[in-house]
Amino acid sequence: MPFIPHTEADVAAMLAAIGAPNIEALFDEIPPGLDCAGLPGVPESLSEMALMRLARERARADGDWLNFIGAGAYEHHIPAAIWPIVTRGEFYSAYTPYQAEASQGTLQIIYEYQTLITRLTGLEVSNASLYDGASALAEAILMAVRADKKNRRRVLLPATVHPRYRAVAQALVAQQGIELLSLPYCTECGHILVEALPSDAGLEAAALIIPQPNFFGVLEPVDALTDWAHAQGMLAIALVNPMALALLKAPGQWGDSGADICVGDAQPLGIPLASGGPYLGFMTAKQGLVRQMPGRIVGRTVDLEGKTGYALTLQAREQHIRRAKATSNICSNQGLMVVAATIYMSLMGPQGLTRVAAASHANTRALVERLTALPGVTEVFQQPAFHEAVLRLPGDVTEILRALDARGIHGGIALGAAYPELSDSILVCATETKTAADLDYYAEQLERILSRRDAPRPCPVQPKWNR
Amino acid sequence: MLIFERSQAGRTATAQLPPAAAVDLPAAALRAVPPALPEVSELEVVRHYTALSQKNFSIDTQFYPLGSCTMKYNPRGSNAAAMLDGFLNRHPLADAASGQGFLACMFELQEILKEVTGMAGVALAPMAGAQGEFAGIAMIRAWHEARGDSARREILVPDAAHGTNPATASMCGYTVKEIPSTRDGNVDLEALRAAVGPQTAALMLTNPSTIGAFETGILEIQKIVHAAGGLTYYDGANLNAILGRVRPGDMGFDVIHMNLHKTFSTPHGGGGPGAGPVGVAERLLPFLPIPLVIEEAGQYRYQEEAECVQTIGRMSAFGGNQGILLRAWAYARLLGRGGMRRVADYATLNANYLAARLRAAGFELAYPERRASHEFIITLKKLKDATGVSAMDFAKRLLDYGFHAPTTYFPLLVPECLLIEPTETESRDTLDAFVAAMVAIKIEAETQPDLVKGAPYTQPVRRLDDVKAARELDLAWKG
Repeated sequence: MPFIPHTEADVAAMLAAIGAPNIEALFDEIPPGLDCAGLPGVPESLSEMALMRLARERARADGDWLNFIGAGAYEHHIPAAIWPIVTRGEFYSAYTPYQAEASQGTLQIIYEYQTLITRLTGLEVSNASLYDGASALAEAILMAVRADKKNRRRVLLPATVHPRYRAVAQALVAQQGIELLSLPYCTECGHILVEALPSDAGLEAAALIIPQPNFFGVLEPVDALTDWAHAQGMLAIALVNPMALALLKAPGQWGDSGADICVGDAQPLGIPLASGGPYLGFMTAKQGLVRQMPGRIVGRTVDLEGKTGYALTLQAREQHIRRAKATSNICSNQGLMVVAATIYMSLMGPQGLTRVAAASHANTRALVERLTALPGVTEVFQQPAFHEAVLRLPGDVTEILRALDARGIHGGIALGAAYPELSDSILVCATETKTAADLDYYAEQLERILSRRDAPRPCPVQPKWNR
Repeated sequence: MLIFERSQAGRTATAQLPPAAAVDLPAAALRAVPPALPEVSELEVVRHYTALSQKNFSIDTQFYPLGSCTMKYNPRGSNAAAMLDGFLNRHPLADAASGQGFLACMFELQEILKEVTGMAGVALAPMAGAQGEFAGIAMIRAWHEARGDSARREILVPDAAHGTNPATASMCGYTVKEIPSTRDGNVDLEALRAAVGPQTAALMLTNPSTIGAFETGILEIQKIVHAAGGLTYYDGANLNAILGRVRPGDMGFDVIHMNLHKTFSTPHGGGGPGAGPVGVAERLLPFLPIPLVIEEAGQYRYQEEAECVQTIGRMSAFGGNQGILLRAWAYARLLGRGGMRRVADYATLNANYLAARLRAAGFELAYPERRASHEFIITLKKLKDATGVSAMDFAKRLLDYGFHAPTTYFPLLVPECLLIEPTETESRDTLDAFVAAMVAIKIEAETQPDLVKGAPYTQPVRRLDDVKAARELDLAWKG
């Protein structure tokens, strides 16, 4: 019996202690006729050996790719020291630190994480994590609306925010009657133009979302946008890639008085791509907003002998106390991912993080240079950008990406579905993990595809990257 | 000591540094100084976080009978399967053709969850139980609205429910009406009959309930709500108790969410990540959150907005907590068909055995006339009145005996309560040792109450000042 330690003698002795004839009798309060004996749709049990064989087969089938896709999930080197610590049983198999004295490891890590993420974002307070960047954005919108003294229920959401994030925000906040008003971007420059923002004072919006970098990798005029939001009496919500903040001005320093809330996904900080999750939503804010924050928060305090210790705090905001009036229904968040990101930030330090961000930026510029040297390939937005770029291709974008796939290259993503005006363009990303040879290989293969010297083949079932 | 206090200017984990590269960005966009992260060596980092791990109780190191959390063994095999390179390195936006192995696992998990819940469809997307609840209630709202019935503004929630239920109803724009329980711990059917009406959108019900008993009126409950035009939501937090025996779909429920970090043994991780798939009856299928995994002629792919026009939408940027779903898939494959039912059988056996032993040792069960499901409640009200030792004191003293405390002061209905959930993976020897500790602490409470009130003594810290933590907020190190 997998994972059940009982011997027959145990069962007999236990039933005798209970005074029940058999295990079946323990279910005698369940109304008759409901027993579902059988479960034919569940396969038979596998041994661990057989399971691993199957899992290896499937993982191997998913291959080994030269990846140039970013778009909200970024391939960075993950130091080998991180995951053996993250998966130590003491972190892996503990739960929410309700018994603080027996959970000081988890609690101190969360406090260190809160410190690290506030330092990176330049804001004063952080929670213990949210699910992912997209749901963190939704929570920031709800928080801004709660905090709005004029009870305004509209938030400005630029079209340069990740389309998936916009979809999640819509799904999670529309239920409460909150309206997300889309703001167009400048199709020449790939960012929001402050002078094009609505001048109508009757906007009735509680907040403006400011992505940095935006979905196209382009830097937004964050100082001017923050000041504009504040001049309209709105909160400024920063949506950032934390890796970019190794180089870029922290949201707490944007404009005259800084962004009010900052959210994003800390996946780039030591968390694998893993087909999309689990990632790590984070949220920081100005001190004055702390009581509107959703989720767990850890505070530093002392024990009854005056020794420093850590505990969950401000729990009166949360569902298990406040129930229907809680700031959110969130309880489990992304604890284990917090451990990974904390170890990553500590290992890399200021020097390492800055190097990774700079190398990713430089590699993307080098890739753009190589690819735009090909006839017909152009960079759509020639603007300061972090580590992504939009490239216009001479040909059917989907077919070209498929042909690259057939050569073992994930060449980027097609933009047409979310941005019809960019249906001839792709979004690419080259992080610090790419070598000059990798960039050359991409350029060579794209050249062959575009010049049709080597006609594109249909995508094989099991592509393998084999340089 | 904090990692920041180990920092020395100029030190770094050199092996982790990529080559230096030039940054070509306008100065106005850049930060003036690098972020103030710690400067430490790789060994210092490894030692620091390994030492922190040793300040935690965990399932791998201690019995952890935290009621309602299902703290059972998290098989290492599940982790090993999910940590294979091919799974870890796949980009979520890569073509489905390059993720057939991964998607096959997701499809199988979806089908297994359909089978064990008896529902018509399952979506894996929600990232925790609370998000599963959100998806479930949002689907119920979408269904009513699709029928033009916008008068249903109220969600019924029994008083024993987890706080997430009323919080979720609020997040979906509903008001909450509480339904009382009867003395024997069931939902009060008369009160339910009186509460339902044309304003009722749904009832959210946890079964077995948080008192650790199966709702004996479950079939009647769903009939009452359905007859009033409402839908029924099954909170699957306690699915472990009925796995492989009875199915919410067969009980007539419209929606269920599952907490895979409970029933499917994925790690609790010090507070997540979880996974909260939702299952639905036929009539709610069009509203399921996206993406869904489908199989066509042996090929797997995601269905997105374009194919799911009535969906309540997307819960995460990509497909949810995929790595956790992989662990649940591995666990389900290890257990197999027969193993599912054994979960419920032995979780229930352990709970009833522990309840019987504690009762025989002089502890008072809150619901002595009820069968324990996978968990049960003892109340220390009399002990508190006699000795001043509270349930919290008792819980803290258990830590000194090497056991994680049960859940305290929940559900709110029972004074001075401990909610105890042993799970199926604990041996009789462990349960006996726990009983011995409980008895020893009871004697201590009766003879040296101050000893128990001052506990714990053996942990990295003594009892913490929560009031100071909340009044003098220190949420980030300023050093």
